[in-house]
Amino acid sequence: MTLLVGVDFQEIDDVRESIENFGDRFLRRICTDDEIDDCRRNAQSTAGALASRFAAKEAVFKILKDGDVVATWHDIEVRRLESGQTTVTLHGGAATLAAQQGITTIFVSLSQSRRTAAALVVAESDARGSDQ
Amino acid sequence: MSDVDTTIREVLQAHGKLPVSAMSLRDDDDLYQHGLSSFASVNVMLALENTFDIEFPDVLLKRETFKSVAAIRSALASLGAGA
Repeated sequence: MTLLVGVDFQEIDDVRESIENFGDRFLRRICTDDEIDDCRRNAQSTAGALASRFAAKEAVFKILKDGDVVATWHDIEVRRLESGQTTVTLHGGAATLAAQQGITTIFVSLSQSRRTAAALVVAESDARGSDQ
Repeated sequence: MSDVDTTIREVLQAHGKLPVSAMSLRDDDDLYQHGLSSFASVNVMLALENTFDIEFPDVLLKRETFKSVAAIRSALASLGAGA
């Protein structure tokens, strides 16, 4: 088994500015409908929740190798379960690229301060290290 | 510099959060190496959609599409904008 690690940070004020500039179009280009619902339910702020999810998606992108298919932001779905656990589910191109790399499981941890959101992603792959 | 190039650079200047002037970049300069983040590229994409009244399809939502002024111009041309 090989472990793959991706990390990313996102400034929350930049997300807030983008929502002000582009409104729902910005949200819908980045997030699925379920993710948008999660962000809008967030007690702290929609911008902070969205920043966390964008950071998580970027962290996953850092793990996935480029291939012959395109992975979009919608292909990487970050959900907060009622238990409080955060999960990543891959669809479409992202799922294809992950399968090509032998990725079997993805774990994610989100965190944020007043200004910055962060995401750490760890993936398990059953491909040999030299295949990564 | 064509009107399209000027417009692309104006959008980059307004939304790319580049540490350098977009007007000073060469056509093939790597925008990511000049400070364009993935997040800023989303804003650039949405601003280009507003400006040219187009929508980037998923197949163009990749890093290479926004790698340079020339790459953006090529993507716009493929969408029938700025040709």
